[in-house]
Amino acid sequence: MGEYVLLILGTALVNNVVLVKFLGLCPFMGVSSKVDSALGMGLATTFVLTLAAVAGWLLERFVLGPLDIGFLRILTFILVIAAVVQFTEMAVRKLSPALHQVLGIFLPLITTNCAVLGVALLNVQEDHGFLQSVLYGLGSALGFTLVMLLFAGLRERLALARVPAAFAGTPIAFVAAGLLSLAFMGFAGLA
Amino acid sequence: MIAAIFSLTTLGLTLGWLLGVAARYLKVEGNPLAEQVTELLPGSQCGQCGYPGCAPAAEAIASRAASVTICPPGGRALAEQLAGLLGVPVDLSGVVDKAPVIAHIHENLCVGCTKCFKRCPTDAIMGANNMIHSVFADACTGCELCFEVCPTECIEMRTVTPTLQTWYWPEPSVLPA
Repeated sequence: MGEYVLLILGTALVNNVVLVKFLGLCPFMGVSSKVDSALGMGLATTFVLTLAAVAGWLLERFVLGPLDIGFLRILTFILVIAAVVQFTEMAVRKLSPALHQVLGIFLPLITTNCAVLGVALLNVQEDHGFLQSVLYGLGSALGFTLVMLLFAGLRERLALARVPAAFAGTPIAFVAAGLLSLAFMGFAGLA
Repeated sequence: MIAAIFSLTTLGLTLGWLLGVAARYLKVEGNPLAEQVTELLPGSQCGQCGYPGCAPAAEAIASRAASVTICPPGGRALAEQLAGLLGVPVDLSGVVDKAPVIAHIHENLCVGCTKCFKRCPTDAIMGANNMIHSVFADACTGCELCFEVCPTECIEMRTVTPTLQTWYWPEPSVLPA
């Protein structure tokens, strides 16, 4: 039990996908200007990441391993991720047209989010069991969502602050992201 | 190798089938009338009607917010078809059948002000500040937005001469009875 909690904490905070592994920076910078859209994006990515990590593990265990076609790993993982993202987009469009409108192109872009593929591949690399894979994917996704929310909150505040003209908009956002990454270094050694 | 081919094919087919089933269950009810109107419109997204593309224009026409005669490239044939589809009377006397046009910049008159360059929705104009501008003919949709803003009036809208590559059967001008 303790090791599972530690696994979730480790993937969410210590080895955070965005701020420590530096994966998935595109939606991180692109959708984080408002807290609502950041939350929606985070939840969509959580769904995709968890499913992709699990599907990847199942693929590796029952198809790629036994048939010794490990060289097809990236190809098949991308295939699965694309299908899951398609499904997620259909679901979001049905359940919340407003969110679908707000996220726009970033929803299908989750396919190219290297955090999703990266977590799926790392999952296989670290030779986890089934439950560990689920928690690995879930933990990484929760870490992603957490960081998206934090950054969105920061950016909403920054939009109202007195920022020098040369830094206004994207530059100060990148500086804030760097500082947030530095802050997350404080978790090193926790797990 | 057989294993690789077989597994990838099976994976693709399974995922495709699952997505198809999901699409059936998660279908969003679009506006069927707007979709029919979209199919009738030319689809070149030129913007001459004032809407940002053919799909928004179709929505407006379907909801009666816009008249059936708003599409210049469609001409009389399109207005007639749309009127038949929507069941509205239409006055065709004001509709002029314009041939498709392409913008052409007369380079001896261009001063390089970049006004047209900034307005082009398809990025068909090349040039920079103080450089002579020119139009990429295959990117131009003939929306005339550049034509309106040129201060030296150096842009001419030329009719497109059909070549063997660009000619196609025109859609029937009358709806089948």
